Amino acid sequence: MKLKQVLELLDGELLTEEADLETEVSSAFGSDLISDILHLTKEPTLLLTGLTNPQIIRLADMIDLFGIVFVRGKIPPKDVIDMAKERDLPLLSTKYTMYKTSGILYNAGLRSCKI
Amino acid sequence: MPVCEAVKFSMPEYWYIREGYEERTNSFFDKKPEPELIKEYSLGEHDFVNAGNASGDIKLSLKRLGVAPEVLRRVAIAAYEAEINMTAHAKGGDISGNIYAELIHIEFLDHGPGMKDIEQAMIPGYSTATELVREMGFGAGLGLPNIKKNADVLHIESEEGGQTFVEILIYFE
Repeated sequence: MKLKQVLELLDGELLTEEADLETEVSSAFGSDLISDILHLTKEPTLLLTGLTNPQIIRLADMIDLFGIVFVRGKIPPKDVIDMAKERDLPLLSTKYTMYKTSGILYNAGLRSCKI
Repeated sequence: MPVCEAVKFSMPEYWYIREGYEERTNSFFDKKPEPELIKEYSLGEHDFVNAGNASGDIKLSLKRLGVAPEVLRRVAIAAYEAEINMTAHAKGGDISGNIYAELIHIEFLDHGPGMKDIEQAMIPGYSTATELVREMGFGAGLGLPNIKKNADVLHIESEEGGQTFVEILIYFE
């Protein structure tokens, strides 16, 4: 699935304008616990989360993320968005909850990240 | 000089050495060879903006040296969890990434206040994190277990009221 489809399916907002929406996303993982994300994701993944502090962007320095979808309408502060831009990390925001976001993407064929 | 030289006094300690790595590890600590490259960093208390810098930078250095992606991932996760511990639980500290041809040795020496019970902190789910730290998505009680899972060697020295010293070794092959 391409990032632009993720954006459309989630009726989302793109927070990093320059992001390449043609990026192919092969799996997704959702969590609000940083240790869980580090511990469980075994391959490059799209991350669904409600966390908006700078450490969520730092995660992309440690593990491979295709991008981050902020759920429940969360929008990170500008400095956090700037951190993502420096890393060419696409950021999306959706009003949907974690459950609904996951369901929509899963139904559309985006499989779960290997854990 | 590696920061571990500063910790010579006797404290409660914890050792984990992955099975099969005992000999290499004993030989490493016996010889204490000079690293080929040392990367040093300092971290302030509750500096959640810069926490992760050191781990990201160390990962990048190893990547440039051609270390395999799976090893890079383990180094990054182990170092990052230790860095977060230093930020969340201690008054900051110093980090030294000592790079060798076949392994990386990373040392973390914080400014206290030390750990009450190291064995307890090794239990997955056990956490002393504050509400502030939990709100940021940390405090799942998986920090030290995550380090152990990803490192080939984990050594911790700490006592209540003192400093905590953590060192990890990860072999590239």
